[in-house]
Amino acid sequence: MTTTDLAIKSIQYRKKILKYILGAKAGHTGGSLSATDILNVLYNEVLNVSPGNFTSPDRDRYVQSKGHCVEALYVVLADKGFFPETDLETLCKYQSHYIGHPTRKIKGVEQNTGALGHGLPICVGMAIAGKKDKKDYRVFTLMGDGELPEGSNWEAALSAAHYKLDNLCAIVDKNGMQITATTSQVMNTDPLDEKWKAFGWAVREVDGNDVAALKDAFAALPFEKGKPSLIIAKTVKGKGVSFMENQLKWHHGVPNAEQYEQAQKELDEKMKQVES
Amino acid sequence: MAVEVKSDLGYKPNQDIFSETLQRLAANDRQIIAVTSDSRGSGKLVKFGQELPDQIVEVGIAEQNLVGVAAGLASCDKKVFAVSPACFLTARSLEQIKNDICYSNNPATVVGISAGVSYGALGSTHHSLHDFAVLRAINNIIIVVPADNYETEKATELAAASQIPVYLRFGKKPMPYLTDQKEEFVFGKGRVITEGDDVAIIANGETVYPALQAAAQLKEAGINATVVSMHTIKPLDTVLLSRLADQCKAIITVEEHSVNGGLGEACASFLLQQGYAKKFKIMGIPDEYTVTGSQVEILNHYGISEAGIAEEVRELLK
Ligand SMILES: [Mg+2]
Repeated sequence: MTTTDLAIKSIQYRKKILKYILGAKAGHTGGSLSATDILNVLYNEVLNVSPGNFTSPDRDRYVQSKGHCVEALYVVLADKGFFPETDLETLCKYQSHYIGHPTRKIKGVEQNTGALGHGLPICVGMAIAGKKDKKDYRVFTLMGDGELPEGSNWEAALSAAHYKLDNLCAIVDKNGMQITATTSQVMNTDPLDEKWKAFGWAVREVDGNDVAALKDAFAALPFEKGKPSLIIAKTVKGKGVSFMENQLKWHHGVPNAEQYEQAQKELDEKMKQVES
Repeated sequence: MAVEVKSDLGYKPNQDIFSETLQRLAANDRQIIAVTSDSRGSGKLVKFGQELPDQIVEVGIAEQNLVGVAAGLASCDKKVFAVSPACFLTARSLEQIKNDICYSNNPATVVGISAGVSYGALGSTHHSLHDFAVLRAINNIIIVVPADNYETEKATELAAASQIPVYLRFGKKPMPYLTDQKEEFVFGKGRVITEGDDVAIIANGETVYPALQAAAQLKEAGINATVVSMHTIKPLDTVLLSRLADQCKAIITVEEHSVNGGLGEACASFLLQQGYAKKFKIMGIPDEYTVTGSQVEILNHYGISEAGIAEEVRELLK
């Protein structure tokens, strides 16, 4: 896909994320919007995953550790044809399979996530299996910056380097915020790059809302042979909607009708700019 | 009182039989992987690691990662055995067992070694007296506590083939074979070791042997006991439980676990809801951090012994 096509996709995804959050009257708006471009580039440019090969042992694996941003994942999976988009009208509704966190009941979802700090250890297991079976598939996980204080991440980080898992890529959606305050106020994890390098990872920092930059970063995997790769994706929480950007209340804020219209209008205007 | 042991075999710790069985299976099935947290020594997997180095994954002392990695391997069709002391495995990594193994249905086998009070005087940090209780409340896991070497071998074979997660729990004490081992062993079906109509003693793991000793002692006094190895706590053999409740005047459960939430409460819950109002006693470790001592000393202290179980039966039948 061209950079323009990807940029258009991102705007379409953001519009749909807001639509289904509004319908569900629940969702993690800010984080889903910050992660949209990452998911876009992963599913449209990087991952060897499709509805046709989803049960193949050779497929790439994507585990969303920041499971709360499930709306972004569901919208992208629907776009990729894993299920009809209209299914998302049932999101979080009574007896729907579309829970507010990823579940394997939905085709395209690798693992049930939602408790933080679980994605990376699972991915280490998947990557070790790939090495043992001499398979070419790659394993990806998306973590929030707010979940990095979970100790299990660092246990897994050690083991990924120990086993030289260069078939593993972790992405941190570094939007700098979490539910209570900024990440540096809640529990500072900076400097992230130095920490991960010290744990034996090859690290790159990238503008996580720039589809071209993301595409380049993923194309360069593995960053170093024999090492797991970490992409620190610097993002803006609530990206794409002016009044949601960098605002704590949009962590899991749900727009009212007026805010929704305003957000869609802004995104439509961005679409016109990108298209012209 | 000595109990007639039906075989010259046995008298090995169940943990040893587990590792021997796993190695035998793994030698013929490259999909079998053991995952350890610096626990291959206590898990008796040193030889496994030497002879099948590609089939063991060491994660260091990091139990959360141990279970997460096990789940990831299992999702890639590996037949995974995550082996670590039961005390740490079912407490520190409980959330990984719940979410990554059970909820996501990655059918790994979680193996709690040196369980119960096997570590004796090392104290309560090293005791697992909560594992039945916490795992019983988690959906999609079979909980199995083999009594002897025969049950251990069979349980290990079944776990390797299981399509849903399994918890296996072993101790360190050498255990005799309890029968001539010809009976079928399946998960969810209790094993009747001896039959009698006065009392049913329902035990599991290493407490089945003292239950059998107690039954032999009681028999001399004219009290006939049924002794059951209820190796599977979940799913519980409710068919057998109903039969025992119909047949016997009283029921005693025995377990190397807290009296709260384990085998005894599982049996009591079923029986009461079925309308059985039997004389009933749960023997286990009371709600306290245990007295200091070896495994045998601790169990004796709380009456989980030939003498203690026989005494409780006499009291109950009064
Ligand atoms: Mg964040």
